[in-house]
Amino acid sequence: MSKHHISLTVNGDPTEFLCETEQTLLDVLRDELGLTGSKEGCGSGDCGACSVRVDGRLVCACLVLGAELNGAAVETIEGVAKAGVLHPLQQVFLNEAALQCGICTPGIIVAAKALLEENADPSEEEIRFWLAGNLCRCTGYDKIVRAVQKAAAVMRSA
Amino acid sequence: MLTFNNPTTVEEAVALLQKTDSRQRVLAGGTDLLVQLRSGRIQAQGVVDLKRIPELRTIRTENGGFRIGAAVSGAELGEHPALSTMWPGVIEGARLIGSTQIQGRASLGGNVCNASPAADGVPGLIAAGATCTIVGPGGRRVVAVDAIAVSPGKTSLAPGEFVVDFFLPAQAAKGGDAYLRFIPRTEMDIAVVGAAVNLLLDASGVCTHARVALGAVAPRALLVEAASHALVGTRVEAAALEALAAAARAACAPINDKRGTIEFRTQVAGVLAKRAAIIAYERARSRA
Amino acid sequence: MGNEGKQQFKWVGTRPVRPDGVDKVTGQANYGADFTLPGMLAGRVLRSPHAHARIKSIDASRALALPGVRAVITAADFPELPSEVVAGGESPVNYRHISENVIARHKALYEGQSVAAVAAISASIAEAALALITVDYEVLPHVIDVRAAMRPDAPILHEDMITSGVEPKPTKASNIAARTEFNMGDVEQGFKDSDVVIEREYTTQPVHQGYIEPHAAIASMAADGMTTIWCSSQGQFMIREFCAKLLHLEDAQLRVIPAEIGGGFGGKTTVYLEPLAVALSRKTGKPVKLVMSRDEVFRASGPTSGAHMTVKIGAKRDGTLVAGSLELAYQAGAFPGSPAVPGCMTAFAPYDMANAKAVGYDVVSNRAKCAAYRAPGAPISSFAVESALDELAIELGMDPLALRLKNAAKEGTRALYGPKFPIIGFVETLEAAKAHPHYSAPLKANQGRGVASGFWFNIGGQSTAAIHINEDGTAEVVTGSPDIGGSRASMAMMAAEVLGIDLAKVKPLVGDTASIGYTFLTGGSRVTFATGKAVCEAANDIVEQLRARAAKLWKCGIEDVIWKDGVAYPAQGQTDARTQLSLAEIAASAARTGGPITGKAALNVGGAGAAFGTHICDVEVDPETGRTSVVRYTVVQDVGRAIHPSYVEGQMQGGAVQGIGWALNEEYVYSEQGQMQNAGFLDYRMPVASDLPMIDTVIVEVPNPTHPFGVRGVGEVPIVPPLAAVANAVARASGVRVNDLPISPPRLLSALQKAKA
Repeated sequence: MSKHHISLTVNGDPTEFLCETEQTLLDVLRDELGLTGSKEGCGSGDCGACSVRVDGRLVCACLVLGAELNGAAVETIEGVAKAGVLHPLQQVFLNEAALQCGICTPGIIVAAKALLEENADPSEEEIRFWLAGNLCRCTGYDKIVRAVQKAAAVMRSA
Repeated sequence: MLTFNNPTTVEEAVALLQKTDSRQRVLAGGTDLLVQLRSGRIQAQGVVDLKRIPELRTIRTENGGFRIGAAVSGAELGEHPALSTMWPGVIEGARLIGSTQIQGRASLGGNVCNASPAADGVPGLIAAGATCTIVGPGGRRVVAVDAIAVSPGKTSLAPGEFVVDFFLPAQAAKGGDAYLRFIPRTEMDIAVVGAAVNLLLDASGVCTHARVALGAVAPRALLVEAASHALVGTRVEAAALEALAAAARAACAPINDKRGTIEFRTQVAGVLAKRAAIIAYERARSRA
Repeated sequence: MGNEGKQQFKWVGTRPVRPDGVDKVTGQANYGADFTLPGMLAGRVLRSPHAHARIKSIDASRALALPGVRAVITAADFPELPSEVVAGGESPVNYRHISENVIARHKALYEGQSVAAVAAISASIAEAALALITVDYEVLPHVIDVRAAMRPDAPILHEDMITSGVEPKPTKASNIAARTEFNMGDVEQGFKDSDVVIEREYTTQPVHQGYIEPHAAIASMAADGMTTIWCSSQGQFMIREFCAKLLHLEDAQLRVIPAEIGGGFGGKTTVYLEPLAVALSRKTGKPVKLVMSRDEVFRASGPTSGAHMTVKIGAKRDGTLVAGSLELAYQAGAFPGSPAVPGCMTAFAPYDMANAKAVGYDVVSNRAKCAAYRAPGAPISSFAVESALDELAIELGMDPLALRLKNAAKEGTRALYGPKFPIIGFVETLEAAKAHPHYSAPLKANQGRGVASGFWFNIGGQSTAAIHINEDGTAEVVTGSPDIGGSRASMAMMAAEVLGIDLAKVKPLVGDTASIGYTFLTGGSRVTFATGKAVCEAANDIVEQLRARAAKLWKCGIEDVIWKDGVAYPAQGQTDARTQLSLAEIAASAARTGGPITGKAALNVGGAGAAFGTHICDVEVDPETGRTSVVRYTVVQDVGRAIHPSYVEGQMQGGAVQGIGWALNEEYVYSEQGQMQNAGFLDYRMPVASDLPMIDTVIVEVPNPTHPFGVRGVGEVPIVPPLAAVANAVARASGVRVNDLPISPPRLLSALQKAKA
């Protein structure tokens, strides 16, 4: 058995790791790189708790192999706040109580950030369908959807 | 432990697959493959990642239609305005595969070759009359999309073969297509029934040609000729729609499983065929 | 709608940012699976592929021979415990059953039951080792459905199980663990005196709590037996107690450190992995980590019961309820312990009814052992009663809220389960629902509006709280209650309110079992009430000490010191020459006035305030496909007092949505061999964001007099009404009533077609 040697950037930092073919990006982030903010809720792409971006594209880290990622740019929840300053989404999620247990929160913030970068003023329906792959069992989604709307307004006026 | 290769040309990929045994699995989007590997549902000795082959990652116009690389993601398909304008039904089907996150990865090639009878990307392609290019040790060949899936999980591809691209012909001036699926939720489910309709109108609004394809009601997606006949020669009015629904239902040979019953699938296949036909008809009529 | 308009408090009733929030929005918060220890081994669990099988032998020699495998454990590594029911967890438990559920001993009783576990130097080696363990099974006939399990000829799960609560005592084993009956008045006479009687049968399917965080545990046992467990659960003391009992350890040998918990809803009030991790660590001398996959969560961890129910309700023409009877058969899963009893106790509780009877059966079958799920038992029986009431309202030509108002329980009403209600706010919820614009909004074609109410006891129980005043006057508030949805915020707010200091100066913490006194688990909607009361008393303890310190500095009596807004003032008439002293100033002088300032309270709290909710649900039904969409939803609930209204609303919204999922799509699908067919989020269909409208909330506040701020439990009531609210809305939208949940499209379409034919 020989592991694959992968070079990439993670949250802008040049990074290298060794992985087996079977290891997903989520396994690599959590077990090799110590980035445990991305959570495993299902391992099958159905819950979105491991949402990350690869070359700008929103994906489930559990459905990407680590071995695929030579040269890729990966962004995770750990890269959303810059230099200790929260992203507007993070601040609004706190202000609006848009989390309860918080296990889905990193994935939802990563996913919502991708949405707002593509669509600065999404409708409620657009937010709901964009986030349909991010399961939350605590909130009933109401406060999450409102927080994304408010964060969008904050970002538009920034 | 699995091997992993990511060739950058079709030839390299063919050579790799030929060199190794048939238990190499090709990876396009991976949204089915990784789940199946993890659950142990499929056994493999290696993975060949096709995403670094430019030919599989591009959308090109050709003869007024489109050539779509097999590993182009759903999100990329949705970001191609001309393609969505010409073949809205095909793109609707592709875009219905999974969540936003799944769309970032899932490909038409994978959706077709996973050979699920419920694949959302397939009925639209069949109704559109799409073909695909297959490459393998014996070179390239072109087949209709409905010739790929044979039964759940099984394709007609020979060992070492893979799909390079799909070709969607130019849509006729007065043509329109649509795809609808039924799921219990609004997202994240596998289709319980899928229905695609592609039709062509003459200047007076009479349907001159139609293709109707159904998903999840048989071991593979079906092209239902009798349903097409129900529309041809009509203005897709109530009687034609009822005949379409009856023909669609008659073609169903579904199973009872965790996602739906035989009765439900059969009944709803007719409903969705009608609804898709109405949308396709409106699209064709409103086309300049 | 909060209580901001009539604010009487500085912090209580406001909406500050939660103290644990930043870690959760940045990915820094550590949940059960996020810990790593040096030298840690990876564990994996081997699970039964059979629904019912005798385990004849287990041969692990090939697995142990695999390089990198450190240990394999089976039931032989655990003491065989006597079968006896004792207090523990959230309801009485039988540790023999808990032990066998953690690792099967003689028989596997459901597909997915743990049979053996492996520890190895890597996850992939542990996984490979599972395939090398040979288990010789004798497959036995199995039974899944609750009514099938009750038949005399059903396969018997426990050869020694004799139904309790039946006279004379049966002589033959059956799958019915217990029969329980509640009676009030004369039900038969009541039905004779009724003008209208509605009698219906209902079924519900087991549903999973669906927390997004799978179970995870790390255990590390030293050579002297001292053991540390890191895990996410609803009760670190429950984990300690269960592990101690299952492994014959002393409490003091175990230290359980609570991780952040990624949802529980009752499902994390028991042990699955922790005892296995301890046993593997004992055998290897290394820390061992076990994490369930989602597939394992579905197959092996508790759902709540499915049920078969019969309801009969009699009323006068004017809508006065005269009599009600209820017969419930609840699936317990493989071991007894379904919430049939609370099912009996809750369903009629909202109504003043002279004659009532409820009979519950606790029935085992070959599926995962039930665990608590938010108001255990109540949503199920309430679905039956609230659906029948809707039919009664239609039959009587009455508005369904008017029918409920006419019969609503009030202070002094006697409940079927025994007590007379103290001050409650049910009527207020009904009136608020009736006055809400939602209730009179017009409906479109194929839409219908349903209402339903619900009740939950809420509980108190044992809680410890400690408050430490730091040298600079800031405060640490330590409790033993895992924070499952924002309770640390409430603890800090109540402490700040009592101490009279800035909330920013108060830091709440969930202590481990060695750093705070015993505290019962987070369940029964008890934390803000009971642990909150302990925090208030600890804060009062601090205030008394601060007054005493000020008195010492001022050389006066404590009665001459008043504490207000975080400052000691001399009492009236005692103002000569003395200045005021802030908490920070007293803290700075602690060394001179008696040393560190620490307050505590260790309570067994009674007087939990019963709570009621009323929900309004609008649905739209597609008559051609049977698909139901919830288009508008309003939750009205008496919460006593909302400490942090945003998190109270969040509980109401989240509970309602879990109930909507239960009503419409969630269910377990089994193969003929008794294997679960939909053990994943793809086919176990929990609501996704695009399935739902906004969930409107109305907070009603009828304070609970036994709590310093009037708190009633909040978290469980909101899952009680939705099942019937949705079903009633579907019936009114479609003209067809479906009494079997879930009202999935195939089921509703089939009912619609039958009605048309």
